[in-house]
Amino acid sequence: MPAILGEQAAAWVIAALFWFFVALTAGGALIAVLTTRVIRSVCGLAICCMGLAGLYYYLHSPFLALMEVLIYIGAVCVTIVFAIMLAEPDEPPPAPRTKGTWLWAVVMLIPAFGVFLLMSHLSLAGPWPQPPVVRGDESLRAVGISLLTQYCLAFELISLVLLAAILGALVVAREGRTRDH
Amino acid sequence: MPVYEQAEVYLVVAAFLLAAGIFGLLRRRTLVGMLISGELIFSAAALNFVALNHFHAPEPAEGQIFVLFIMGLAAAEVSIALSIIIAVYRNYRSIQTRDLTDLKG
Repeated sequence: MPAILGEQAAAWVIAALFWFFVALTAGGALIAVLTTRVIRSVCGLAICCMGLAGLYYYLHSPFLALMEVLIYIGAVCVTIVFAIMLAEPDEPPPAPRTKGTWLWAVVMLIPAFGVFLLMSHLSLAGPWPQPPVVRGDESLRAVGISLLTQYCLAFELISLVLLAAILGALVVAREGRTRDH
Repeated sequence: MPVYEQAEVYLVVAAFLLAAGIFGLLRRRTLVGMLISGELIFSAAALNFVALNHFHAPEPAEGQIFVLFIMGLAAAEVSIALSIIIAVYRNYRSIQTRDLTDLKG
């Protein structure tokens, strides 16, 4: 009896954690979009990426979960915070809350909600192929092997793109720098 | 079958992320806010890739590799976009999109 109870409790905890990560993703996205201050919006993006990392874990891709935390939270969010500190350290004056801005936000809700309904309908009702009977290997070992054999060229290209991006960012950010600022 | 072993929840979450990104892209008034909304759209695409690849594709390693490439491209895009934003701020003293109305030929 206790073994069955333990299994049930484990299943319950796993399902609860899954819904927690779903809520983290959705709530983070809402915070990122709806808050007025940009720095809170970055925090929302970080929360959303944390939830996404959990969802990747449930999709049997722990390496992607690790990379999501490392790249998105550790690099992208921190870089955006640096840019906010460099570009807009003082709070912008709060936008006047007139009738027009509310109307605009409601009008903007319509295409977003339409896209959501359309995509959800497609995902739920779409004629997806039957899941394959024989599953391939999805371990980190298989990912690494095909990354260095089949996708070797793309792997090299992406490192070149990153190098070009670093150099380009340096050049562009240095451009407008003069003595009088 | 438990709910986390079905593709539907992941696809609906990805659709929600896409919708939130589009809403933010249209609503935000600063360049950094628009960039964050763009990142949400990237994340939606990545989640779709992994979910569909996990549940409906015979070769499950490829989706993970694609998402790794998406992450690399997103990192490159963010670094370029932020340096452009800083350059814009040097010239205009503002990153509000309504102030950026001049072009210099």
